[in-house]
Amino acid sequence: MRFPADCKYTKDHEWLKIDRQVATIGITDHAQSALGDIVYIDLPKVGRELKEHEVFGVVESIKAVSDLYSPAAGRVIEVNSALVADPSQVNRDPHANAWMIKIELKSEPADLMSSTAYEAYVANLK
Amino acid sequence: MAKHTALYDEHVRLGGRMIDFGGWSLPVQYSGLMEEHLACRESAGLFDVSHMGEVHVEGPDAESFLNDLLTNDVARVAVGQAQYSVMCQDDGGCVDDLIVYRRAQDKFLVVVNASNDIKDFAWMRSVLSRKCYRCTLTHESQNYSQIAIQGPRALEILQKLTKANLSSAKNYWFIESSICGDTPALLARTGYTGEDGFEIYVSWEMGPEVWRSLLEMGRPLGLSPCGLGARDTLRLEMKYPLYGHEISESINPLEAGLGWAVKLSKTGGFIGSSSLTAAKERGLSRTVVGLRMLDRGIPRQDYEVFDASGNERLGVIASGTQSPTLKVGIATALVPIRFSATGTKITVNIRGTKVPAEVVSTPFYKRS
Repeated sequence: MRFPADCKYTKDHEWLKIDRQVATIGITDHAQSALGDIVYIDLPKVGRELKEHEVFGVVESIKAVSDLYSPAAGRVIEVNSALVADPSQVNRDPHANAWMIKIELKSEPADLMSSTAYEAYVANLK
Repeated sequence: MAKHTALYDEHVRLGGRMIDFGGWSLPVQYSGLMEEHLACRESAGLFDVSHMGEVHVEGPDAESFLNDLLTNDVARVAVGQAQYSVMCQDDGGCVDDLIVYRRAQDKFLVVVNASNDIKDFAWMRSVLSRKCYRCTLTHESQNYSQIAIQGPRALEILQKLTKANLSSAKNYWFIESSICGDTPALLARTGYTGEDGFEIYVSWEMGPEVWRSLLEMGRPLGLSPCGLGARDTLRLEMKYPLYGHEISESINPLEAGLGWAVKLSKTGGFIGSSSLTAAKERGLSRTVVGLRMLDRGIPRQDYEVFDASGNERLGVIASGTQSPTLKVGIATALVPIRFSATGTKITVNIRGTKVPAEVVSTPFYKRS
C-alpha cells in the first residue's frame, strides 16, 4: 500500500491534495484494493456545489458499488473525464492520473489524517 | 463459523480473499476477478468447488426413485453419462438444480448446491419415504473434494496427471480412473463456465495434492486459480442459473427457461409434473430473460426493471454484473412474458436513473 505523504486522507478512504484553495480528490490505495477491478465511475458536473460529506459520485468494481463522499464543501472546478473512459487507472495507481475531481474549497476541511495516521487507521480496520 | 474445505490452507497461501458462502469459507478472488475470469476464457481456471453437496443413490430402484424425484429423464442416462436436472416441490417450485452421474445401472452420484445441501437431503429422504423404493441414500458431502478445471487448455493440463483418455469423454460424460498416480478420481466433462473442462471428484483428503499438482502442471500454460467472483461472472455470461437468483422455491423451471430439462411426458410423471403441466397449459405469465445494457451502468441484483417508458414496473434484477468478456452490463430478470421477446426495450433503475437496456438472446457469451 502506498499513501503519499503530500496528501491528506479521510475515514471514507479518499485522498486530498490541497494547493491553496483547490483540493484534488481521489480514492486511496486501500480503497481500490478492497473494491477490486474497477469498471465504472460516475463523476459530477463542473460547477456543482458540494456540501461536506455529500455523495459526489460512485465507483463500481465487478462485485461492489461504493459511493464517493466529498471530504469538504466547495465547487467542482474540474472533472477527470479520462478516468470515466478508463476506470482501471484507479487500480493501476490511485494517485498518478487517477484523481477524480478538483474543488474550490469553501472552508478548510476538518478531520483529515496525515499519511502515517491514515496508514495506522487502515491497519486497525483489519 | 464457516466450514473449511480441504483446500482452505491452499487458498490462504495463494492470497485468496476469503468470504463466507453458503456456510463455507471460500476465496472470492486471488489476484483479481477480471484476470481470473479471462484466464479461464483464454487458457484455464482452477476452482475449489468442494462445498458442493454429494449424495449417493444406490439400489435396484435408484433409477425409478430419481425419475420420480427429478424433472429430467434419468432412464436416458447411460452408465458413464451425466445429466443436468431440477428437483421440484409438488407445486413445481425448485428445490434445487443438480447433476446426476450414472456410475452403474443401479448406482448414482447426485451433486447439489452447497447452500441447499442439508435441505436437499431432507427432501430426498422425504420423497424416498413416499413409496417402498429399494434404494439407499447416503449423504457424502464431507467425503469429497471437488475441483473444477475449466477453459480451452483444461483437458491438456489434466491429461498430464491421469492415464485416462480424456478426449474419449464427450461433453456430459465421465471417466472413473485415477489422478496423481493411483488416487481414485471421477473425471467428469462438466462445468459451470461455458468452457470445455472437467470437474474432478476425489476423496476429501486428496484434494490438496490434486490441487497443487494441477496448479504446478498448469501454471506454465496459463492456468490461474479462480475464486467465487469469477465463477459467478463466468456462469452469468452463460446465463446458467444460480439457485436463489434465476431459480428458487417460487420460480419454477419452466419460468427459468429450463424446459429442456423438464420432461413432462415422462412415464409416471415426477414430483411437480402435474403443477408444471397445468402451468404450461395455462400459459406462462413470466419468464427469466437476459438483459444487456444499452447505456453506461451496471445492473445489480434487486435493482428494479421497468418498461421502456419507465412507468410500468416489471420486476427486479435476479443477477447482474459488468461482463468481463463483453465489457458491458448484463443481467437476468424475471419479467412478464409479454416483455420477453428478444429486442424488447426496457429500463433498469440504477440509483434513480432509468437506464435503457434490451432483452437479448442468451448465452451472452458465445465461445469462438
